[in-house]
Amino acid sequence: MSTIPITAGRQSRLAMAVADTVSVAGRNLANLWRTPQALIFATIQPVMFVLLFRYAFGGAIHVPGVAYVDYLMPGIFAQSVAFGGIGTAVGLSADMASGIFTRFRTLPMSRVAVLTGRTAADLVRNLVVVAVMTGVGYAVGFRAHTGAAGLLGALGLVAVFAYAASWGFVALGLAVSDPEAAQGAGVPVVFVLVFSSAAFVPLSTMPGWLQAFGAHQPVTALVDAERALIAGGPAAGHVLACLAWSAGMLVVFAGLATRAYRRISR
Amino acid sequence: MDEYYQGEVPGVSDAGIEVSGLAKAYGKVVALESVSFTVAAGTVCGLLGPNGSGKTTTVSILSTALRPDEGSARVCGFDVVADAAAVRSVVGLAGQFAAVDANLSGRENLALIGRLSRLGRRSARERAGELLEGFGLTEAADRLVRTYSGGMRRRLDVAAALAHRPPVLFMDEPTAGLDPESRFALWEILRQLVAGGTTVLLTTQYLEEADALADQVVIIDAGRVVEVGTPTALKARVGAVVFSLGFTDDDAAAQAAGVLAGAGHRPERDGTALRVRAAGGSAALVGVLRALEGSAPEPTSVGVREPSLDDVFLALTGKAPVTPAGRDERKRGAA
Ligand SMILES: Nc1ncnc2c1ncn2[C@@H]1O[C@H](COP(=O)(O)OP(=O)(O)OP(=O)(O)O)[C@@H](O)[C@H]1O
Ligand SMILES: [Mg+2]
Repeated sequence: MSTIPITAGRQSRLAMAVADTVSVAGRNLANLWRTPQALIFATIQPVMFVLLFRYAFGGAIHVPGVAYVDYLMPGIFAQSVAFGGIGTAVGLSADMASGIFTRFRTLPMSRVAVLTGRTAADLVRNLVVVAVMTGVGYAVGFRAHTGAAGLLGALGLVAVFAYAASWGFVALGLAVSDPEAAQGAGVPVVFVLVFSSAAFVPLSTMPGWLQAFGAHQPVTALVDAERALIAGGPAAGHVLACLAWSAGMLVVFAGLATRAYRRISR
Repeated sequence: MDEYYQGEVPGVSDAGIEVSGLAKAYGKVVALESVSFTVAAGTVCGLLGPNGSGKTTTVSILSTALRPDEGSARVCGFDVVADAAAVRSVVGLAGQFAAVDANLSGRENLALIGRLSRLGRRSARERAGELLEGFGLTEAADRLVRTYSGGMRRRLDVAAALAHRPPVLFMDEPTAGLDPESRFALWEILRQLVAGGTTVLLTTQYLEEADALADQVVIIDAGRVVEVGTPTALKARVGAVVFSLGFTDDDAAAQAAGVLAGAGHRPERDGTALRVRAAGGSAALVGVLRALEGSAPEPTSVGVREPSLDDVFLALTGKAPVTPAGRDERKRGAA
């Protein structure tokens, strides 16, 4: 038995997980980069929302004490990462259908890297999309009144939140294991969460039952925290609430995702 | 000779495959009832079976992609469940559907699999170059795989399975969809690997392929092993060639069958067609035609072919292979 070259175990588990995460993430980013349609759709949609709400609907929406475009953009950041998450679920289920995951399962690689590589790549994608949306926002008159620090803080929060949420989309993609089903299941969830939140209009304009829901869900926690950071004013409470939501989502979704991944080989 | 496998050749007793009583069900669909066989180190075993017989399931379990419900299997002495990590470092899998990434180049695909197989960045890159050359993909190496033909993808997929020079190789219908030239080229590569000490388990639907490559053939049907033997022994039971004779109508075919049976042949009639299995050679064909001459209607067509898997099943079990309704409905489109 001593003659068989066992290569696994030469590296520590953690070093292996990190190295493999980088490899898998690189592969996912190459996929994203080389199917530019996906990236373009991931940005065109929020750009259209910016134009729609800035120029078509915005005139009818009055938010006391703030220019609507400044109210809008934090909502757009949240919306663009939430919609982008659907791509996570779709991409993952496409990988499962293609047999690439079967090969990954037979390699002496870190098992969790298949999932962490996906979420790491999505983090990069989200950063790109948010950067583009910031540019678009500036072009239509958005300004961060707290300066660069406030803006960067808000965008950092968006990235943290999106990273936690992308584990939810990973779990979804693994659970349905069919790209179309992943799309079908992801879209309504995202729609409900985004449009019942304070992303585009103040909750106070909604009927009571919807307000109750909208006030207690993660997207509202994110946009409230972003607005506090960008517009100034007391932000600590909002930021903490948003981080708490993110931590909770990360723990629950990462747990669900790893369980779903382990179940595939049963 | 040692072009593809350059690791240390494991001791003979270590590199084999031992499968005992494997059972696996997907929900209510029983894929494997009980499968047992052994493959000696450094040999090629052909796993033959019709659609849905459990070939892919068996290979998936042996390469640790799937857990068995019951039974056990050892590869290189490592248990596929308890020592899965060790098994992964000694096996390579080329699955039934090419698992390569369409948006990476051939080189990037191989380098990725090499890195994930713990080769290290540099050696992964070197190994990729070696494999691309060995599989005749150097020209296309830096093109995205989505521009590859089906055969090129297949070759790349097999190359990827060899990234870390595994002493045990699983190949699930590796030549499906390849043209004859690529098929023979792949056979040659497999022969080289085996000469270098690699143990190969390959599934196929072609008796001819098993005959060309395998030291031993395991035939499965509906999740059970129905026959184990050398290709020669199997052929001796089935006959080396099959003559097929066509007639104008059922009556003529039936009459000819009677005549042939009287002359010591064993004709099998299927409507207006007859098939006669024989040991081989033109003498046998002449014998069949002579027997018919004058005493039965003239055949309208005469064909000679190698025995197919169907013929083997017919000879072994007296019936066509079992393919319960819906069994192959799950098949994905071949990549
Ligand atoms: N993921 C799955 N879920 C449900 N049933 C499955 C699954 N995979 C395979 N099966 C069923 O298990 C049985 C064995 O399938 P398997 O893929 O092992 O056969 P095979 O011999 O490889 O067939 P083929 O020659 O068509 O590739 C079939 O009845 C198939 O329908
Ligand atoms: Mg199969």
